[in-house]
Amino acid sequence: MSSATVTDYVSRIEGTCGAESDVIVNFKYDKKDEAIAQIMKKAQLKNTLAGIIFELTFEDRSFRLYTSGKAIFRGFTTKTELMDFLAKLLL
Amino acid sequence: MDIQTIRQDFPILKRQINGNPLIYFDNAATSQKPRQVIDAITDYYTNHNGNIHRAIHTLSSEATDLFEQARERISKFINANTPNEIIFTRGTTEAINLVAYSLGCNHIGGGDEILISRMEHHSNIVPWEIISKCSGFTIKYAQVHKDGTLDYQDFENQITKKTKICCLSQVSNVTGVINDIKRLTKVAHDHDALMLVDGAQSVPHMSVDVQDLDADFLAFSGHKMLGPTGIGVLYGKKAILQKMAPFQGGGNMIKDVTLNNDKCNISWTELPWKFEAGTPDIAGVIGLGAAVDYLQNLGMDNVFNHEKELTKYAIEHLKDHKNITLYGPTDLSQRCGIIPFSLNGFSSHETAAIFNEYGIAIRSGYHCAQPLHQIFNLPSSARASFYVYNTQAEIDRFIEILEDLHQ
Repeated sequence: MSSATVTDYVSRIEGTCGAESDVIVNFKYDKKDEAIAQIMKKAQLKNTLAGIIFELTFEDRSFRLYTSGKAIFRGFTTKTELMDFLAKLLL
Repeated sequence: MDIQTIRQDFPILKRQINGNPLIYFDNAATSQKPRQVIDAITDYYTNHNGNIHRAIHTLSSEATDLFEQARERISKFINANTPNEIIFTRGTTEAINLVAYSLGCNHIGGGDEILISRMEHHSNIVPWEIISKCSGFTIKYAQVHKDGTLDYQDFENQITKKTKICCLSQVSNVTGVINDIKRLTKVAHDHDALMLVDGAQSVPHMSVDVQDLDADFLAFSGHKMLGPTGIGVLYGKKAILQKMAPFQGGGNMIKDVTLNNDKCNISWTELPWKFEAGTPDIAGVIGLGAAVDYLQNLGMDNVFNHEKELTKYAIEHLKDHKNITLYGPTDLSQRCGIIPFSLNGFSSHETAAIFNEYGIAIRSGYHCAQPLHQIFNLPSSARASFYVYNTQAEIDRFIEILEDLHQ
């Protein structure tokens, strides 16, 4: 079993400014390719935009993954909920 | 203006972001810095660093000269009567807080009213709301039309003999709408009310003459006008500033502090230092002075016209685009280089993330103007904003990406 944690991959999580409940997850620069590969392996690809933005679903949640190393999620009410979701996606 | 020559002055514009040349359309948030500003700051720290005022040594004297010369140039830039009307602050926010606290704690109280527009940045709302809780004055909010333009009739109707000060941005940071400050200042003065102008989005982009506007206060930030972060200006009419109590206390702003039997007697020094407690951001002021020189060399009318052309070009090419919704007035004479928009099928944050993949920097969210978004009935918006170094080719690239996304 891997001893890796979500924080090994994530550099910063930011709530956005606006009425939407978007959360931006920034991956660490040196781990972003690994993070993206893990997510692509586990989540279901719904659509690709211009070859650089991926619309994905995982456990009935839709989100977008950006090849520069960030993902935008919506609808999480607590940080714990998001971290659990990220753990399932990344680890 | 030769834009390609101007671009050579901005080292950051040579950067690549995600493998693409940087296109910087987030100028309403902060501007990039020309080599001349960076060099002025470096020169200060390399050759002249010393604390200003009241010292004998050469470095202090040189630093004071550079600092006060910058004040003079900034004073001329907005056509103030005297450099003593220029007070250095950390930015527009602190400048407005200075006025709100000084007036609100000493001159405005229960039974008085102040008038603010609904298009204001939070920095021209929140300080007044905080002080009103202590001082007991009432805040009234003037209406804004659905297209983001000010309801002049409502603004004018709400100014009464109870109104002590009106607070209005000269240019909206969300829509780029330009307000007729001169007209509203006259109405305010007819009712013996003061006028405070948030110039954060106007001073960097157009010629602003405080004597012509006749406004009592003008607040603006250095970092939005090619200068460094952490430095801003409050202009105030000398006669009014002289009557106002200081905002912060400390060194530099006092004439005497004496203790007699535990009773402290303090007298303030003269303007503008009465409002500049503590060691100021000396390098920031010198950098702002260099930014003002740079803009003056370009000519503010040229800056304004260039951004107008870019805005016109962008709106003409975007207004009928099936994937994008634009906000703000359709009459281009009422607005300058800020374009709020929504991209169909994407939140504003997703929109900003998408453009970032292509090396284009735009901003998303409320832009610190949530009440205006309530009027637009928007959860947030994306915003592209232009400055002296932006080009039509960059707007073409922006449009090209829109096409790519929906193929």
